[in-house]
Amino acid sequence: MTATKEMTSWDVEKIRADFPILHTEVNGKPLVYLDNAASSQVPQAVIDRTSKYLAEEHSNIHRGVHYLSQHATTAYEAAREKVKRFINAPDVDCCIFVRGCTEGINLVAHSYGHGFINEGDEILVSQMEHHSNIIPWQVVAEERKAKLVVIPMNERGELIIEEYDKLLNERTKIVAVGHVSNALGTVNPVKEMIATAHKFGVPVCVDAAQSVPHFPVDVQDLDADFFVFSGHKMFAPTGSGVVYGKREWLDKMPPYQTGGSQIRTVSFEKTTYAPLPAKFEAGTPAIAAGIGLGAAIDYLNSIDFEAAAKYEHDLLEYATARLADIPGVRIIGTAAEKASVLSFEIDGVHPHDIGTILDQQGIAVRAGHHCAQPVMQFFDVPATARASFAFYNTREEVDKLADAVQKVIEVFA
Amino acid sequence: MSELNELYQETILEHNKNPRNFREIEGADKEADGNNPLCGDALRVYVKMDGDTVADVAFKGSGCAISKASASMMTQAVRGKSREEADVLFDEFHKMVTGGLDVETDDNHLGRLKIFAGVLEFPARVKCASLSWHTLNAALHDAGEISTE
Ligand SMILES: Cc1ncc(COP(=O)(O)O)c(C=O)c1O
Repeated sequence: MTATKEMTSWDVEKIRADFPILHTEVNGKPLVYLDNAASSQVPQAVIDRTSKYLAEEHSNIHRGVHYLSQHATTAYEAAREKVKRFINAPDVDCCIFVRGCTEGINLVAHSYGHGFINEGDEILVSQMEHHSNIIPWQVVAEERKAKLVVIPMNERGELIIEEYDKLLNERTKIVAVGHVSNALGTVNPVKEMIATAHKFGVPVCVDAAQSVPHFPVDVQDLDADFFVFSGHKMFAPTGSGVVYGKREWLDKMPPYQTGGSQIRTVSFEKTTYAPLPAKFEAGTPAIAAGIGLGAAIDYLNSIDFEAAAKYEHDLLEYATARLADIPGVRIIGTAAEKASVLSFEIDGVHPHDIGTILDQQGIAVRAGHHCAQPVMQFFDVPATARASFAFYNTREEVDKLADAVQKVIEVFA
Repeated sequence: MSELNELYQETILEHNKNPRNFREIEGADKEADGNNPLCGDALRVYVKMDGDTVADVAFKGSGCAISKASASMMTQAVRGKSREEADVLFDEFHKMVTGGLDVETDDNHLGRLKIFAGVLEFPARVKCASLSWHTLNAALHDAGEISTE
């Protein structure tokens, strides 16, 4: 098989021109960046917006009457408005800026946990979660003397929905599930899962770290109670992230971190908190990163994101077929619905060695447990190699990946 | 590929395929576990002492080619050595892969272990090469468990 013509509706070369890093070399070879699930690259427009903020607009927000502070505040709040429209949130005040998905899930777990989880209650998490969507719940379960219950998956890496339906009961206080698995690429049927949970009055926290970069989302259509993601996986700088939550929950939940900027009045006897979103935004935020996230959303709005998703899905299928064709390669995660992620192993070769040999060809993949050790345990592998795609990757790059995998097999033959 | 060839030399590939002393030692005097949580390498080193001499040494576990070959060649290198000699080898090996010892110009006792000098060019792999040595060191000094992260 060789590279066939790119889909005409998606001009990948034009898109690639927007990302300066894609034109650099690694180990003397053109960079082939296939580690997008770990962190995506940043388009020039986002770099420019962030630099402009730092060069011309920087100041602390929400605190000064002076020009720069007001200007920075306006830019930051404009980014929040962009987030609202990007995920179709009903209310901009329900979009809380955090520093990343991990911090966001910790916010939800601890704050919701302290407000609503008690002894004997149950927290449902899925077997394919990233550690970030396991450990905060585990900690909260321990603190509140609640039980962590696992939604199982099948050999293809799909959640077993009949089991999930049976696990929900009157003790269940929250469901935490990933929209797309970073280790397997599985797209979970979160809309259906949310609908079922709601029959029991149970809210659902969706870890959307791996979905927002790959297809358009709509929190109202999903009816998600909490929806959490990082900026740096969706073409923004590190240090930005979002928790969307329904007001009915956020209003009742205690603050997570406390300190400056999130209060109404403070005395040594009592503090009253500011309304949303400030209540959950203690301290000076990552202002440049937040504005960068706004610019990344502008960028996604400037391209045809639906076409991007379709192109990328096509690329994933092409890559899957190419690698599946190579004897000795086993693909881990073969769900019917997948996005971006291609985890694999090679007979008799440790993923770490795959990673090093690919790196020498300029190809960046991730080798490891992908912060999902329960997934590795389920598939009985110490680790996998993972290629993860974005809409700027090409079929030629997939061909290079396949050739390099062949080379690995030769070295270890 | 020249640098790569330096890392994945024939000897390393061969030890990866057929690791020596890849077994448990029943009634070992000393054992330690080594983990590299970053890449999932996990091994256990077993030592049988005869007085102050390493009478037998073996390992079990899973890991990449570099960590497996390194463990395999380590067992060959320290068998029959005194604890002190093993300590010296650990120290020299560690220095070699972290840039503190030039195998061509500095005195050392590394012998065949010199083939791991190339690891220096692969910072992400240094821990793979040194995991077994850290684990042996923990076993010999009764430290129990080590993690290279
Ligand atoms: C599914 C998933 N959840 C959560 C996270 C954590 O994101 P971050 O490290 O940006 O906080 C990641 C990133 O690795 C992820 O892939």
